[in-house]
Amino acid sequence: MLPEIVLLGLNHKTAPVELRECLAFSPDQASTALDNGVRSPHISEILLISTCNRMEILMTAPDCPPAIDTAKQMISDIKQIPVSEFSNALYVHTGNDAVRHVFRVASSLDSMVVGEPQILGQLKDAYLIAVQNKTSGVILNRLLHKTFFVAKRVRSETGIGDHAVSISYAAIELGRKIFGELEAKKVLLIGAGEMAELAVEHLIRNRSGAIFVANRTFERGVELAGRFKGQAIRFEEIPEYLKTVDIVISSTGAPGYILTPQPVKAVMRVRKNRPLFFIDIAVPRDIDPDINRMGNAYVYDIDDLKNVIDENIEDRHREAVKGERIVDEAVIQFRKWYESLDAVPTIVALRAKLEQIAESENQKTFHALKHLSEEDRSAIQRMSQSMINKILHDPMVYLRRNGCYGDKSLHIDWTRKLFNLDNDNQE
Amino acid sequence: MENAIIGITFLYLLSSAGYIAYLFLQKDVLHRLSGYVLALAFLGHTATIGYNFLMAGHMPVSDLHETLSVAAWAIVGVYILFQHQFNLKVLGAFAAPLAGMAMIASDLLPRIPLLAQNSLRSIWLVFHVLAVFSGEAAFALACGIGVLYLIQEKTIKTKKRRFFYRRLPSLEFLDSSGYVCVVAGFTLLTIGLATGFVYAKMIWGKFLSWDPKEIWSGVTWLLYAALIHERLVVGWRGRKSAILAIIGFCVIIFTFLGVNLLMKGHHEVFTRW
Repeated sequence: MLPEIVLLGLNHKTAPVELRECLAFSPDQASTALDNGVRSPHISEILLISTCNRMEILMTAPDCPPAIDTAKQMISDIKQIPVSEFSNALYVHTGNDAVRHVFRVASSLDSMVVGEPQILGQLKDAYLIAVQNKTSGVILNRLLHKTFFVAKRVRSETGIGDHAVSISYAAIELGRKIFGELEAKKVLLIGAGEMAELAVEHLIRNRSGAIFVANRTFERGVELAGRFKGQAIRFEEIPEYLKTVDIVISSTGAPGYILTPQPVKAVMRVRKNRPLFFIDIAVPRDIDPDINRMGNAYVYDIDDLKNVIDENIEDRHREAVKGERIVDEAVIQFRKWYESLDAVPTIVALRAKLEQIAESENQKTFHALKHLSEEDRSAIQRMSQSMINKILHDPMVYLRRNGCYGDKSLHIDWTRKLFNLDNDNQE
Repeated sequence: MENAIIGITFLYLLSSAGYIAYLFLQKDVLHRLSGYVLALAFLGHTATIGYNFLMAGHMPVSDLHETLSVAAWAIVGVYILFQHQFNLKVLGAFAAPLAGMAMIASDLLPRIPLLAQNSLRSIWLVFHVLAVFSGEAAFALACGIGVLYLIQEKTIKTKKRRFFYRRLPSLEFLDSSGYVCVVAGFTLLTIGLATGFVYAKMIWGKFLSWDPKEIWSGVTWLLYAALIHERLVVGWRGRKSAILAIIGFCVIIFTFLGVNLLMKGHHEVFTRW
C-alpha cells in the first residue's frame, strides 16, 4: 500500500480574517507542529504553510482519517483553539486533488489576487522549515520540487503576473507609457494619503528625481518631505513648481478642484510642452478633468486607475486558464511517478530489465558459439533464468516486507534510481 | 530582370504580412523572420538597382517605374537603419507595406525606352538623387511614427487602452525617435537640394529655374525647417509635432507625384509613364 498524500487547510475563501489570524503559525510554532506531527504514527511526512491568506498542512500518511484527526488536534493544541471553531472552514484534499491544490497555490492560481508573486517564496520558506526539521521525505521532496518547477513554468509561460493590479502600481505603469523612463522625473505630491505615499515610494524605487511635497499645513508637509528625502513647499507655490515637475500626485481632502486648467496652460509654454502627468487619488477630485484635454497633459483619477486595474485583473484571469492546463499536465506526470513507488510495478520493471539483459547476452554468446546444440542453448537459457530468480529473491522480499511506509517508498525510489528503471538520463 | 523585380516585390509583401501578423500576435519570431526577409529583399533590390546603374551609366530614375522602385528601396534602407538604432518593433507594419505598395505601382507602370541623355551622367545627380530619396524616406518614417504617436496619445487620453496601448512604446520614445527622423530627413533633404542646385548650374547654367518641382521642394524644406525651429524655440512636441510630420509627408507625396503629373517642368521626365 502506498502512503496517501493528504492536504488540509483553510484560506481566504473559506475562513474570515479573524479566524485566519488565530491560526497563523510563526516559524517557531511551525517547527513545533512539524516535530509533533512526525512523531505521530499516523503521519509519515509533513509540511506546514502559513501566510496571511492561508494555513495549510500537507502530509503523507498510511491512512487518511486518523491523519486528518491528528492534524486537527495538533492545530488545536498549538494555537489553543478548540477544533470545533475552525473545523467548518477546513477543506481536505487527498491524492491527485491534493497535488493539484499545492500546484495551484504555488502558481498563485488560488490566491486572492491571482498572479501575486509572494506565495512561491512563502512556500519555499515553509519547505525549508520542513527540511530543517527532517519532516519531509521522498514523496514531499519530489512533490515540492515539482511544485516549484510548475510555478515557475506558469509564471514564465503565461501572463498571469503581468500588469499592475494595485492603484499605485497602475499609476506607475501609466507613467512609463508616457515618459518611457521614470528615472530623474520630478514628482510633486499634494496632500497626503496612504495610496499617494505608496505611489511616491514606487516612484523612488524607479529612481525618480527630486520630490516636492505641498500640504495645507506646512509642518505636515515638512514631515512627509523628510520621509521621502524631498522638499516641502507651500500650497501657494504649486503653480510655480508646475514649471519643473513631471508627475503630480494629488490626494487632499479639499472639497473642490485645487488645480484648474488656467495655471497649467500658463506653465506649458515655459515647460516647452514637456508632458505633465497628473494622478488624482482624491475623492472629491483635486484636479480638473478638463486639464486632460490640453496637449501634453494627462489626468488620471481614481476611477480611471480602478478601470485599468479591472482590465488587468480580467487579463490575469484569462491567463490563469493557461496556468490550469500546465498544472493539469504536471499532476498527471507526478501521478505516474507516485504510482511507480508501489512495490509490484518496481519488481516487475526490475525483472524485465534483468531478463532483457540476460536475453541479449545469451544471443551474443550463441552467435559466437555456433557449435552449441539446441539442447545446450536451452540449458544456458534455463541457467540464466534461474540466476535472475536467485538474484531477485532477496530484493523482492525486502521491497515487499511490511515496514514503515515512508521508508518503503524511499527504498523503492532508491531501487528505481539504482537500476535506472525510469530511464531518467538527466538525474 | 523582370523576374527579379517581381521576386523582390513578393518578398516585400511577405515581410509586410509578417510585420502585420506580428502587430496582432506579438510573437517575436514573426518580427525576426520578417526582418530577415526584408533584409534579403533589400540586398536583392540593391543589386538590381546597381545593375541598372551600370547598364545605363546613370542613376535609374529616368521614368516613374524606376523612380518608384528607388523610392521603395530608400524607404527600406532607411527603415533597416532606423530599426537597428531604435528597435521600434511595430513600425515594420508601416514601412514594409509602404515599400511594397511603391513596388507594386512600379511593377504595373510601363517602362519607357531610354533617351540617350548625357545630362544624366553626373556624380552630382547621384548625390542629389540618393540624398533626396533617403531624406524623403526618413520623412516617411517620421510620418509613420507620428501616426503611432497620435494613436498612443488617443488611447492614453481617452483611457481606452485596448489593442494599441500594449503594443506601442511610450509617448516620449515615439516623440523623440520621430524627431530624430525629421532631423535626419531635413539634413539629407538640405544636402539633396544643394547638390541639385550645383547640378542645375552645370547643366542649365543657373541654380534655380523656378520649375514647380523646385518650388514645392522648397516648400517642403521650409515646412520641416519650421517644425524643427518651433520645436527648438517654443517646444512644439507631441501632438503638434506628430501632425506636422504627417502633413509634411503628404506635401512630399504631392511634390513627388502630384507636381510631376499635374504641372510641367524639367523634373517631369523622371516620372513619365
